[in-house]
Amino acid sequence: MTEERFSPLHQRHLDAGASFTDFAGWMMPVRYSSDLAEHHAVRTAAALFDLSHMGEILVLGPEASDALDYALAGKLSAIAIGQAKYSLLLSREGGIVDDLVVYRTGEDRYLVVANASNREAVAAELRDRCSPFACDVQDESDDIALIAVQGPRALEILTEVPGVRVDGLDDLGYYRSAHGHYGEHAMLVARTGYTGEDGFELYLAPEAAPALWDALLETGAGAGLVPAGLASRDTLRLEAGMPLYGHELSLDTVPSQAGPGRVVNLKKEGDFVGRAAIEAGPDDGARVLVGLAAEGKRAGRADYPVFDGEDEVGIITSGALSPTLGHPIAMAFVAPDSADLGTELFIDVRGTRIPATVVSLPFYKRKA
Amino acid sequence: MPDKTTLQYTPEHEWVQVDGDVATVGITAYAAEKLGDVVFVDLPAAGSNIASGKVVGEIESTKSVGELFAPVDGEIVEANQAVVDSPELVNSDPFGEGWLIKVRFASLPELLSFDEYSALVGE
Repeated sequence: MTEERFSPLHQRHLDAGASFTDFAGWMMPVRYSSDLAEHHAVRTAAALFDLSHMGEILVLGPEASDALDYALAGKLSAIAIGQAKYSLLLSREGGIVDDLVVYRTGEDRYLVVANASNREAVAAELRDRCSPFACDVQDESDDIALIAVQGPRALEILTEVPGVRVDGLDDLGYYRSAHGHYGEHAMLVARTGYTGEDGFELYLAPEAAPALWDALLETGAGAGLVPAGLASRDTLRLEAGMPLYGHELSLDTVPSQAGPGRVVNLKKEGDFVGRAAIEAGPDDGARVLVGLAAEGKRAGRADYPVFDGEDEVGIITSGALSPTLGHPIAMAFVAPDSADLGTELFIDVRGTRIPATVVSLPFYKRKA
Repeated sequence: MPDKTTLQYTPEHEWVQVDGDVATVGITAYAAEKLGDVVFVDLPAAGSNIASGKVVGEIESTKSVGELFAPVDGEIVEANQAVVDSPELVNSDPFGEGWLIKVRFASLPELLSFDEYSALVGE
């Protein structure tokens, strides 16, 4: 039993009347008002998320690029300073230890952002894999708070927050980051997120986070910004077709099954952990991740079986009634023969067979 | 909206209001809050017989599925169509317009008082 952990913004969440959930040992806000209201705020205006439980691991030194090329599935040496890349930490067997966003913040400096539940595992693996290289791995998670502001009005709000200074914020591209300040505090500002909307992730010292949280809420109030919890975050990422560790991704899943196959770069020179297993490919008949759309209001949920005719061909990994689309959506692993777009399948919703169609991911895509 | 202190309760977070031999049943504000935003409600049809302790309906939120347990043996007199059409009533008015079913019963089992239920949920 590990000790319960609290975000540096915990008092703010209490004051806002949040409900809490245990997430990887952290007491994190699940909702403040209503899951649906928070979800819609992200799609139509903006919302704030506290993601201070995420793991932030620095890899720095003259051989940091080479080390990460070996440690991770993607070619991190190929990204420019200020660029970010979605990547995977694979096991030697090709399973997924974690999915990560990696920011190159300097010539010899990378910030690896890991899921809260995998922070220790990622830090330990990176230390081990990077040890032959001239670089250091530092777990900075306890010294970094993370606030995400997500939604179509995120840029407008962030630009107006008193004390926020980021050169070139207007022109910051998607999956790009920039160094900035909030008051006296250094801040990394990244145009990334996990909701399918435009938005920013703000990395800064924990002691500066409450004041920035307040300033964002105050500045954004007129634009419809609200604080949002993990419940809405889950329906948002599902609509955006983004895999979640523990649902779509796991040690028992190889990347080509779960969609992020393109994240694995077999063309990159040299070895990387998991390469041999990935080159060998998954077992014949390995299930693949698909999107399912259904009619009505009754949603298939994680672990519900999926049928093709009378044959059980798969299982749902995440599912909900889509707040934006108004019909049930799900991600599921199904047999490859049942995975073609347009295939008519059935979800067993607690004993009732609900028809569902294989559709392409994401379910929701924002207008450019 | 009925006076919550005069209602009876089940450990499954249902409230029961008795009027003669008909019980009106809903879920408590505590349960509605725990579920989150209710988006789908499935209720038994009028005329059907239900047995105490058995699952007779479902209340789905964006996040999870809650089951409606029959608090009493009896026959469904009415299911609340307004809630089927507008499931959010379960959140906005759980003790009022968000009621779920009316059941005609022969005898009522022992249920929890308001104080007992409040103690159960720690409020």
